[in-house]
Amino acid sequence: MENKLRLDIVTPHGLVLSEDVDEITAAGTEGEFGVLPSHVPFITTLKIGILIYKKGNETGYVFVNSGYAEVSPDKVVILADSAERAEDIDVDRALAARKRAEERLAQAEKYDFARATAALERSTIRIQIAERKVAR
Amino acid sequence: MPGLKEIRKRIGSVKSTKQITKAMKMVAAAKFRKAQTRILELRPYADKMNSVLTSLAQTVETGHPLLEIRPRKKVEVVVLTGDKGLCGAFNTNIMKAAFKLIKETRSEGIEVSVSAIGKKGTDLFKRRGLALRQSWVGISGRVSYLNAKEVTNDIIENYKNETFDEVILIYNEFRSALVQKVSVARLLPLAPVKAEESASREAAADFLYEPSQQAIFDNLLPKNLEIQVFRALLESQASEEAARMTSMENATKAADDMIAGLTLQYNKARQASITKELMDIVGGVEALKQ
Repeated sequence: MENKLRLDIVTPHGLVLSEDVDEITAAGTEGEFGVLPSHVPFITTLKIGILIYKKGNETGYVFVNSGYAEVSPDKVVILADSAERAEDIDVDRALAARKRAEERLAQAEKYDFARATAALERSTIRIQIAERKVAR
Repeated sequence: MPGLKEIRKRIGSVKSTKQITKAMKMVAAAKFRKAQTRILELRPYADKMNSVLTSLAQTVETGHPLLEIRPRKKVEVVVLTGDKGLCGAFNTNIMKAAFKLIKETRSEGIEVSVSAIGKKGTDLFKRRGLALRQSWVGISGRVSYLNAKEVTNDIIENYKNETFDEVILIYNEFRSALVQKVSVARLLPLAPVKAEESASREAAADFLYEPSQQAIFDNLLPKNLEIQVFRALLESQASEEAARMTSMENATKAADDMIAGLTLQYNKARQASITKELMDIVGGVEALKQ
């Protein structure tokens, strides 16, 4: 379709999303970036974050747990370690994960700091998305 | 003709064997379904990853160690088999292909080292007196991404150390529940990727990289290798369970045929003995009458 972007989000656990959208915003390791149709070819690594896409009046939120984004003029491919759409996020699980991560960070000497931090980041962002209180 | 008792005993033992093969078939079917879902879910990811690399590799001329093509002096063959038997020709086919490849490569005057994933392959190579460079056992059955990582790390490290100049992976590719195909794939060096897609991508000559081309490659190349290995592990597992399912199905059928044959034989023998007894009685009565 003219002036549309094909957004494919794939993970090792399957295809999460495949849609024609108008605009995409995602979190790269070097900072957030936006993509409109006819973007210059671009490849980047992604950090744990939120991917927002706009399709007409609809806005979609997807949790993306690090990976890569390949942007071509008419297509964006997200290769994520894992990804969930806002409606698929298990909030109870995220809340439990955040609590656990916080406890572990409190006793940092006993646990792997990097892992606990990453877990905290993941759960926090999941909760943010689920509550649609996207930090912007 | 064997006695009645012996036939009865044989029928009993065939029946219990049948029960076992039937149970194994059911277990394999359940495992197969799980393995099939996993591989079908992974495939789009692996394919996309490959196509991203394809488009990248066309535009870049970096001296990344994993892309560099060295003269083939030493080749590493990684053979992926299962840990268990009773799955038809699954392991045999792989080993046949492996031995053929090893022989051919050696006849070209190239040194070959062999690594095995899976107990069956490990044992068979040992029995043939082939020294293994590395062997991973206990993976099949519960393949996790960590397994793929472990194997990949070892391969990459040795490749960088120039222990070998090329890595070939032999595994069973999963086609359908009935069809598995032995697949021989080159893992390293990664380049050059086929230029199939280049027509549609001619415009995509210059990529922007974030953070940098080098960083992306350092990150993406090992990751891609991990995914390819992981995929092979899952393909192999789905194939193994599928092969086991089919061969156990056949075994159950064979047991059924055998039971039918033995039952017929048993009935014949029983009839014969009854007739014989009757004749004895009649003969006895006749003798008494006289």
